[in-house]
Amino acid sequence: MIDLDDTDRAILQALQRDGGLSAAAVGALVGLSQPAAWRRIKRLEKAGVILGRDIVLDREKLGFDVVVYLGVKLAAKGRVGLEDFERAVCAIPEVQVVQHVLGVYDYRLKVVARDLSDFERILRRRIMTLPGVGDVESNVLLSEG
Amino acid sequence: MRLDDIDRRLLRLLQEDATLSTADLAEQAGLSAGPCWRRIEKMETAGVIKGRRIRLNHKALGLGVEVFLRITLDKTAGNAFDEFLREARKIPEVAGIQTLLGRVDVRMDVRARDLAHYQDIYKTRILALPHLLDIEALMLVSEVKNTERLPI
Repeated sequence: MIDLDDTDRAILQALQRDGGLSAAAVGALVGLSQPAAWRRIKRLEKAGVILGRDIVLDREKLGFDVVVYLGVKLAAKGRVGLEDFERAVCAIPEVQVVQHVLGVYDYRLKVVARDLSDFERILRRRIMTLPGVGDVESNVLLSEG
Repeated sequence: MRLDDIDRRLLRLLQEDATLSTADLAEQAGLSAGPCWRRIEKMETAGVIKGRRIRLNHKALGLGVEVFLRITLDKTAGNAFDEFLREARKIPEVAGIQTLLGRVDVRMDVRARDLAHYQDIYKTRILALPHLLDIEALMLVSEVKNTERLPI
């Protein structure tokens, strides 16, 4: 774990508010020159604190009106390897998040769909047919934040 | 705003690599730089592109434990949702809150330094939230996939 000072923390806070800021803009916010800010950002990237930058798109404007969180239990533990399930579920483009968890479910999934009938299609044709899949619980996202 | 195939191609490329320069993006999409830049700007103005986000490694920041709480509220009180959400938003370790339609009402992501820290947040802050009826916890073991990528 790398040591972060207050300036590093201020840089991370600025970038969490707006990940599109240039090194010069970050520097202006935290009181550093552009090259000094750039060096610190590079250091945070090298140390693996900043993993990358993503574009943020408006899901609804692109026609994806439905988000569903799924809890998945595997049916035949030991018979189907976790790797087979993970490989197959990660390949589904509508599945954005796959998390292996401890608790009443084995996996948590986040699925985006155009509407509820699109979700039903994904659930029936892609999720329910995954190797080893058992009990599945769906919770539809109403609001976030 | 209506998107055509070229717009969608640009969005797919940016979902692959958000750090592409306009020149690289134009080249990969088979456009010249000017029209490429105008298309991106149009999508930003229309709010299709909302911005950029950094991905942080929470473990490297000393937050080693992540727990997803699935919460059922006592809905006999009319304002249970509002009061619960108002108080839950005040807990700094709560990284995200979602209201749901299904078997549970709310889910919350809690990030803590370690299990002892999590226990403390759970006992002093989470269990003190109003209108709680039931809590189930799922502890993150590993993240196999986490992307905001849309299948466009």
